[in-house]
Amino acid sequence: MYERIAVMLMKEFLQLKRDRWAKFRLVVPLLIQMLVFGYAATFTVHHVATTVLDLDRSQASRALVSHFVASSRFQVVDWAQNQAQVTRDINEGRAVIAIVIHAGFAKDLENGQQAPLQVIVDGTNSNTALIALSYISQIVGLFSQDQAPAMLRTAASAAVPAVSISLEPRPWFNDDLNERWFFIPGVIGTITLLQVVSLTAFAVVREREVGTLEQIMVSPIRPVEFILGKTVPFFLIGLGDVALVSAFGILWFRVPFIGSPLVMFAGTVLFLLAAVSLGLLLSTFSRTQQQAFALNFFFVNPLFILSGFAFPIAAMPAWLQGVTVVNPLRYFLVVIRAVFLKGVGFPALWPDLGAMALLASVMLAASILRFHKSLD
Amino acid sequence: MVEARSLAKTFGSVAAVRSATFAVSRGEIFGLVGPDGAGKTTIMRMLAGVLRPDQGEILVDGVEVLREPERAKRHLSYMPQRFGLYEDLTVGENIFFYGELFGVTKAERLERTSRLLDAAGLVPFQRRLAGQLSGGMKQKLGLICALVHTPAVLLLDEPTTGVDPVSRREFWSILYDLRETGVTILLSTAYMDEAERCSRLALLSAGEIRYCDTPARLKEQMPGALVSIPSGEPRRLRALLSGQPGVLGVLLMGDRVHVRVDDRDRRTPELVRLLAAQGLAGALVEPAEPGIEDVFVALLGEREAA
Repeated sequence: MYERIAVMLMKEFLQLKRDRWAKFRLVVPLLIQMLVFGYAATFTVHHVATTVLDLDRSQASRALVSHFVASSRFQVVDWAQNQAQVTRDINEGRAVIAIVIHAGFAKDLENGQQAPLQVIVDGTNSNTALIALSYISQIVGLFSQDQAPAMLRTAASAAVPAVSISLEPRPWFNDDLNERWFFIPGVIGTITLLQVVSLTAFAVVREREVGTLEQIMVSPIRPVEFILGKTVPFFLIGLGDVALVSAFGILWFRVPFIGSPLVMFAGTVLFLLAAVSLGLLLSTFSRTQQQAFALNFFFVNPLFILSGFAFPIAAMPAWLQGVTVVNPLRYFLVVIRAVFLKGVGFPALWPDLGAMALLASVMLAASILRFHKSLD
Repeated sequence: MVEARSLAKTFGSVAAVRSATFAVSRGEIFGLVGPDGAGKTTIMRMLAGVLRPDQGEILVDGVEVLREPERAKRHLSYMPQRFGLYEDLTVGENIFFYGELFGVTKAERLERTSRLLDAAGLVPFQRRLAGQLSGGMKQKLGLICALVHTPAVLLLDEPTTGVDPVSRREFWSILYDLRETGVTILLSTAYMDEAERCSRLALLSAGEIRYCDTPARLKEQMPGALVSIPSGEPRRLRALLSGQPGVLGVLLMGDRVHVRVDDRDRRTPELVRLLAAQGLAGALVEPAEPGIEDVFVALLGEREAA
């Protein structure tokens, strides 16, 4: 038994060694994706193209505009002269946001009345629009605070007791709410999953397609031995992937790693077992590499979307949340983020680790059963 | 050595093999001959233990394949139409891999490898990647991999399809050597000249073994006798002769036409006259010995054999 697994492994690594592109394929795409995700995956919005129409032309209106200019969030691309120009800017896509200050803005402020401010947003990209709007309300809030003392002075006679609640958010584990810290651990799990599932599926299907699988099956090797010989290399490659990409995230993107490497290792092992089993399972449904490709494409994207990598699972409809329960990536993302940023250990993470162990064993058992059948 | 009793296998609604029974004794080269889809590969795969028959029994070297497939695998070797070589491994590495899978000891493996490589003329190519070998060399390497564990029974599914004539001859000389050492060989083939080299043949049609005998005895069973007519227009001749009284069958053989007649002595002059009347005066109508192809077509009928 051990000799046969050993010779399978020897063969796999020999083939890998002989594949001149393998080293490139195994490493470079991972690092490039890591770089791209690390730099591109952000919800922060900078330099939003903005048109300003100031019909009040007062000191107060200029002060408000300067608040916008001062923040790097907005960039004034046009000083409009009339409403028509504002409409044109938005329609032609020159500006995403238009700020219209109507005449009488300063006077309303001075009188202590509500001073309306019109903001027009191009809602085509709802994400950017929402984020920009939240910045605007922050800036306007700051502006009102600045103006408040002046207003109090002018309206001193009105002795209104000022009751205010001020919210001081203090995020834990990621003080600056650095999105990169949130994304990088997710990227590690995601690209490892993509890599390991497709490598495993393709490697098994290739043997089936070329005919070596049938040839091997007339030897005394048992299916389980074949499966072990076929999956152990990709499991090891997966471990290497996680180590490499994690090191890259920690050293290059300076993502803190405050948890226990042991917890991380345990999580990675279970996750990779699930990934390898999934690849194996997909391979039993494919006769050719083309079919494997189609199947891989069909399964892997939803895994990614339904993992909580970018879109919160809590925000999904209930039935879709139910689907995420069988997604190993979902649990691994919880584990890896917790280990990187929170430093929590087994007591907090056992449900996720257990879920991955369960998924891995079910998928492995299913794939072994299916593999036996697929030999006929 | 190999015994199959009422083997049957159905794929969906298609009966690939219906009740095949035959026995092959030690040292025989037993040929399965039949058109594509007759069930040759299905029988091979069932004998090899990679496909479970719906019913029937298989005995290989005294081992019941269905009950102990793992044990049977040590006694036999199966080479599918396309042998599963690892094209990114060298000739030597492929042999090493299959040797290890069968648990062949190192000394045994080295001894067998060098002998087989020598017989196959592959010694200079040991370090070449299998993917860079010619078709014939690949088949010979496949055979070596299949033989490295000294099987008692060798199952070859169309081993020489797409192989050049020289390699085919070499391949067959290896098979003859193997037979000398007592290996039992079962092979399927689409080449009639190869069928002729087998010690016994099973003629398959639509999943059934219709005839099973030595090539010589099969020829005796052919109804009628054969005449051969060389012709520049064999197709025209076939159209002309088909359905004539006494003509049982007409078969194109390159630039000749084989005509099977019920009575050679009586029909030969009739054919000569008929041809002369069609402006083919002086056409040679010679008696001919049937080849396996003639027998095959005669026994199975033209439509079934094609």
